[in-house]
Amino acid sequence: MKSYVLSTASAIAVCAAGVASADGHAEAEVLHYWTSGGEAKSVAVLQEEFAANGGTWTDMPVAGGGGDAAGTALRARVLSGNAPTAAQIKGPAIQEWYAEGVLADISSVAEANDWANLLPASIAAHMQCEGTWCAAPVNVHRVDWIWANTEILAANGIEMPTTWDEFNAAAETLQAAGIIPLAHGGQAWQDATVFETVVLGLGGAEFYQAALVNLDSEALTSDTMIAAFDQMRTIRGYVDPNFSGRDWNLATAMVMNGEAAFQIMGDWAKGEFLAAGKVPGVDFSCASTPGDGYLYNVDSFAMFSVDGDGKAAGQELLAELIMGPNFQEVFNMNKGSIPARTDVDLSGFDECAQLSAAEMASTNDGGTLMPSYAHGMALFGAQSGAITDVVTAHFNSEMSSADAVQMLADAVANSM
Amino acid sequence: MARWLQDNMPKIVLAPSFIAVMVFVYGFIGWTAWVSLTRSRLMPRYEIDSFIQYGRLADSPRFETAMENLAIFGTLFIVIAMVLGLLLAILLDQKIRTEGAIRTIYLYPMALSMIVTGTAWKWILNPELGIEATIKGWGFTNFEFKWLVDPDMAIYTVVLAAVWQSSGFVMALFLAGLRSVDEEIIKAAQVDGIPTWRVYSAIIIPSMAPIFLSAFIVLAHLAIKAFDLVIALTGGGPGYATDLPATYMYAMAFSRGDIGQAASSAMVMMLVVFTIVVPYLYSELRTKDD
Repeated sequence: MKSYVLSTASAIAVCAAGVASADGHAEAEVLHYWTSGGEAKSVAVLQEEFAANGGTWTDMPVAGGGGDAAGTALRARVLSGNAPTAAQIKGPAIQEWYAEGVLADISSVAEANDWANLLPASIAAHMQCEGTWCAAPVNVHRVDWIWANTEILAANGIEMPTTWDEFNAAAETLQAAGIIPLAHGGQAWQDATVFETVVLGLGGAEFYQAALVNLDSEALTSDTMIAAFDQMRTIRGYVDPNFSGRDWNLATAMVMNGEAAFQIMGDWAKGEFLAAGKVPGVDFSCASTPGDGYLYNVDSFAMFSVDGDGKAAGQELLAELIMGPNFQEVFNMNKGSIPARTDVDLSGFDECAQLSAAEMASTNDGGTLMPSYAHGMALFGAQSGAITDVVTAHFNSEMSSADAVQMLADAVANSM
Repeated sequence: MARWLQDNMPKIVLAPSFIAVMVFVYGFIGWTAWVSLTRSRLMPRYEIDSFIQYGRLADSPRFETAMENLAIFGTLFIVIAMVLGLLLAILLDQKIRTEGAIRTIYLYPMALSMIVTGTAWKWILNPELGIEATIKGWGFTNFEFKWLVDPDMAIYTVVLAAVWQSSGFVMALFLAGLRSVDEEIIKAAQVDGIPTWRVYSAIIIPSMAPIFLSAFIVLAHLAIKAFDLVIALTGGGPGYATDLPATYMYAMAFSRGDIGQAASSAMVMMLVVFTIVVPYLYSELRTKDD
């Protein structure tokens, strides 16, 4: 009630002054979970740009790297009718919130700035809600990277594997030499990350789409899926006995100090290598995990339906800035991901980022640019959680692949 | 007016708390029960859709594991903590010199939060950092203690950490109970020449039945609430081997946006609590009427 009166009063005042509302004072209350070191610096870039363009940014950071706490805070605010102007939401969650009827329409900004042509098709699709644009993408993280200690590979005469059979052969050589082949952290999301790269590598992009995006029961119970679980069982033999519960950055450290040779992890691992002063190509190598395709994880800000011209102006300004070339370049250089916008100059980015951008473009053209299920880009939380439960149960037990596949089909059916 | 105020003063003072409890505890239990009958996902919906969430719960292998773990963890935790607490209390009751210091030492773990307990025990039980590494360092290279990373044994590490934390508290309860037994009866028994262990088993322990009840209630509620300990110690365990209904509920509600499932698992937890607590309360209230 109070905000309605306030916004009406301010709208009248603005009109009386003869100034159009688009030039009215833009304000935005932004909920996000980028609270740690590098991420906080990256979000500060957006804050500064917003302020430089005359806007008032009210920050609402909620700590918790996976965004669980932020999601809870968001839900509480939306339920009480006091939604923030923008919130950091990604993947199908954007469409889920749209189904609750609480998102705003920023199509005017999207069309004015030609987003449809600047973004790869599948990423653009995530930002749209039934034809209208409702979110702005910030970055593209690649999930299916395999990182390696260059020295160990050279010392053992191993090349970066391009198929899973090559990976297995390399792992056998490394085990014989007393080196842990794969550094892995036994947490559910990490098991899921490895699993989806295996599914993509063994089955190809079409199979991945059918099984882990469309949840087609034939694909989920097919021989290819059994082969994927077989490969997971093989990989289980290549991790050290103490992997349970290990954090991902400790696994990266194992690769850095030569205890282990490989790690399968998204491009945030690159940040760890660079922070420790390692040089890509010299100390560590990056390559796509065995197989063709690209698994992306796109962070984005969704705009909520709020009252007040100031907030609407804030949303438009925010959307415009997020997709602006300057922000896309600076933010992603700090964060380790690549710009969502395809026309940004990448000469300042390191070689792994440039490789990522090149492969994003090529896989987009080839139709193998896939959303990561393990990082919440492909499925609703209930379904991706159900699949992850099966994957992690199989990885941490002696379950047979046939049983795992059956359990997978049951779990997916149960989660609908 | 003043008379009425004086007569009803207790009710007036209690009224705000009473209303608050009615609304925030029982009212929201009712809300949870309602939501557990709907198809709520990210946000609560209020159209009743029969018991579909309970059906999904029954079909979920992870919830099955969680309930099994609750049974194992709950039983072992309560039994071991009570036995250990009673033993320590009896030993401390023998009028030893440094009783005050020893009693404080045993009670200290209760002062730690479950998160600290969980984290500390996670390091102690880690094969590469803790007990196994230490004993291997002493020369026993074949020693293994991999419970923490073994899906079958991980739940017992949770029992271990929880017993370590709570047995001191149980010991303090029982010590007070032991001391409250009438000295005359014990002296009479000793005059009759009854051995000390018989004095304990036939006279003192039976007279402490109410203390057993209190200890049981406290331990049972700690067991059912055990969330932070599991999260800190195993994070849900290798896979989901140490999942408990409380962690399941949290994951469904906050990580997966599946509020209907969360509500139904919360109602199941509440039913488990009721089946344990209500019969005991009933028998307790009945004996009072006698």
